[in-house]
Amino acid sequence: MSLPVTILSGYLGAGKTTLVNQMLRHAQGRRFAVMVNEFGDLPIDADLIEAEGDDLIALAGGCVCCSYGDDLMAALAQMAAMRPAPDHVILEASGVALPGAIAASLGLVSGIETTGVIVLADAAQIEASLANDYISDTVARQLKAADLVVLTKGDLAGADAVAQAGTTVTRLAGDATVIRADHGRVPVEIILNPLRIALPDIGAPHGSGQGLVTSVEVPDKPLDAETYAKDLANRADVIRAKGHVQTATGLKTVQIVGAQWDVSPAPENAQPGVVVIRLQDHVEA
Amino acid sequence: MITIYNARKIITMNPAHAHTTHVAVRDGKILGTGSLEDLQGWGDYTLDERFADKVLMPGLIEAHSHLMEGSLWAYTYVGFFDRMAPDGQMQQGCKNLDDVLARMKKAEAKIEDPDAPMPAWSLDPIYFGNERVTRHDLDKISATRPIGIMHASGHIMNVNTKALELAGMLRTGVNHDGVPLGADGLPLGELKGPDVMTPVSPFVGFDRDMLNCDEAGMWKFGQLCVRAGVTTATDLANKLPPDVVDLMGRVTGNKKYPARVVSLRFHHGVSPEDLITHAEALKLKSTDMMRLGKIKVIVDGSIQGFSARLREPGYYNGAPNGLWYISPEHLAYIVEKSLEKGIHINTHTNGDQATQLVIETMTEALKKHPSPDHRFTLQHCQLADVAQFRKIAKLGMCVNLFANHHFYWGDQHYALTVGPERAERMNACATALRMGVPMAIHSDAPITPLAPLFTGWCAVNRLTASGRTLGEAEKISVADALYAITLGAAYTLHLDQEVGSIEAGKRADFAVLEDDPEEIGGDKLKDVRVWGTVQGGRIFAVDDL
Ligand SMILES: [Zn+2]
Repeated sequence: MSLPVTILSGYLGAGKTTLVNQMLRHAQGRRFAVMVNEFGDLPIDADLIEAEGDDLIALAGGCVCCSYGDDLMAALAQMAAMRPAPDHVILEASGVALPGAIAASLGLVSGIETTGVIVLADAAQIEASLANDYISDTVARQLKAADLVVLTKGDLAGADAVAQAGTTVTRLAGDATVIRADHGRVPVEIILNPLRIALPDIGAPHGSGQGLVTSVEVPDKPLDAETYAKDLANRADVIRAKGHVQTATGLKTVQIVGAQWDVSPAPENAQPGVVVIRLQDHVEA
Repeated sequence: MITIYNARKIITMNPAHAHTTHVAVRDGKILGTGSLEDLQGWGDYTLDERFADKVLMPGLIEAHSHLMEGSLWAYTYVGFFDRMAPDGQMQQGCKNLDDVLARMKKAEAKIEDPDAPMPAWSLDPIYFGNERVTRHDLDKISATRPIGIMHASGHIMNVNTKALELAGMLRTGVNHDGVPLGADGLPLGELKGPDVMTPVSPFVGFDRDMLNCDEAGMWKFGQLCVRAGVTTATDLANKLPPDVVDLMGRVTGNKKYPARVVSLRFHHGVSPEDLITHAEALKLKSTDMMRLGKIKVIVDGSIQGFSARLREPGYYNGAPNGLWYISPEHLAYIVEKSLEKGIHINTHTNGDQATQLVIETMTEALKKHPSPDHRFTLQHCQLADVAQFRKIAKLGMCVNLFANHHFYWGDQHYALTVGPERAERMNACATALRMGVPMAIHSDAPITPLAPLFTGWCAVNRLTASGRTLGEAEKISVADALYAITLGAAYTLHLDQEVGSIEAGKRADFAVLEDDPEEIGGDKLKDVRVWGTVQGGRIFAVDDL
């Protein structure tokens, strides 16, 4: 069994800490090992901490937090050797680290599997970061490596900034899914198992410049996958959707492209959750 | 107890008194220089004539080296150039891959434990016409023992099949730019970049914490200092955990240890807040022979590793821009706090964009915390242009330029990394001095050998290994080079009141030379023979090591 690792990237202030705390609060029995570059202003909310050591902090629900300092590989080996082993490692990269390079390096270590690169972008700051001579290429390279981009702090940024940031980020993030979430409110499943959804080039077919909105649906009870998929495909605002839903006969994968839909058995280890991409004006109106 | 030494010539670096013949020493400090007559007034003395035919200089100062230079000699040296080992044996350079393999085969036969790893260092295949070294080559040394060779640049490692096997990397499906694959889909054993070296290096005997020092390595480092005429040397990037500080204090406190060590806490692996706190705590542990409390911040990577941050027009071969090793925000925090608290900062910047970031950060920080004498020093600062040096001078910053780099990698910079024009202005010593920037020059040992007189030769001649003169306009005079490796270096370390010149009140630190560096000629500066050193009045002869 290899140890699944999610790489959490994003420039300083993008909201990585908030997301990590949200994930710990919604761990639902999973034992997370959170790895941070260093214990600075402690990344974990005080009420979640049970005991503090020099390099390891014990958290509620059997989770731990450790700092990897300048030797990520050694710290990861330590995590992999922990008994009981953690269910999932959340690796918080430093603000200037390139997650693509980290993922490539993790690929060298047997017993570790990178399940996704999550990049956070502050809706109010991302344009400024991308205009900054020093860090613009770093931020762009982070986005390019993403499987999932979470656009954060939209409530503070305002609708115009969010729309602008959404367009920019989608352009830079390749086929990554881009979702908006404030205060780290993203279903844990999506963070742990992000999906890449190839988007039509946002500048051309949807040239309004208003961009798209991505959301995640996790139906709270089993349903009929075919009906669910057909309903999504019939909605005029839905352009693309992909994910897994719970049915009476187990987890199914649904895929929607325009008016076409498809249902198939879900792959092993799949987690419930469907990423839905819609035209923006249909929802904001 | 006063001892007066006479010498053929004493180069004091004190402009009021540049050359003299006698120096009086009491309790490890200099009472004065001059004629015997001038010094007799101090009272009873012993005239020690052992240096009568030698030339004395202020003890040389290596302002950018690492104690690791001593530790690496526990491993097999396979560099292209001849290099002096701590025990005084000149290690012949390996001129081709067969030389490397033969040297290693011989060393391998001496290791008794059949499973013990075999580390070697300083390989440089660029001098073998870029012949590719693979695991199959190293398997000829041993197929059963893990073997790893660190390249001279420190950025690449070659390992054998056994090492890959132990690290779990002898498999297909490895997908990484830094791990070239053979026709069989398996890694060739070439590991490019620190990211891909770290999973394998422990299996081949390269300790993860190499930048921390070990006792045997420290003593070897001390021997190398004596051979190079060095009495004060920096250890520029150390995490300085308590056990290392204890060890360093114990070794440097030994009456037989010949060099003052200035060790800097480097910023990796600790939050900016904790870094400042640690530096403040370390400062209190300083002794005469172990100076702590300074910080090293690594801002970008290296030029030959294409990880340095360059401004336009970027890399000559079109490689994407390099990496930041710290965010601008964290850099600003560290700089501001250090100005406020009087902590001395040294920044590693190789690329000119990284240098520019430090310049701009300092400009803003100094508005908040005006500080008349901070002497923050840009280490390497290899690509700075005239405008940057002008600004550096105005900010009260110093530079420590990597003069040795031209000799070892100048040809690659010319052809590949930055192209002819910028290769010629790299490590622009003449411009720095013309702009009034306080300047030191360095070896970055173990990247290149610890030998300030060689470093001075590099700055005076700017020759590359292939014999090209790289940047005629940036050559400096012998006098400027000698100043840079003594008082210039002392100034960048805030030590100029104690060392760097031979004058009343300073430490009795001398380089004892057989030849006169002012007379031998700039083209021969590297050939000046070193008899040994005097450190704090204690005499260390190379012959007695
Ligand atoms: Zn260095």
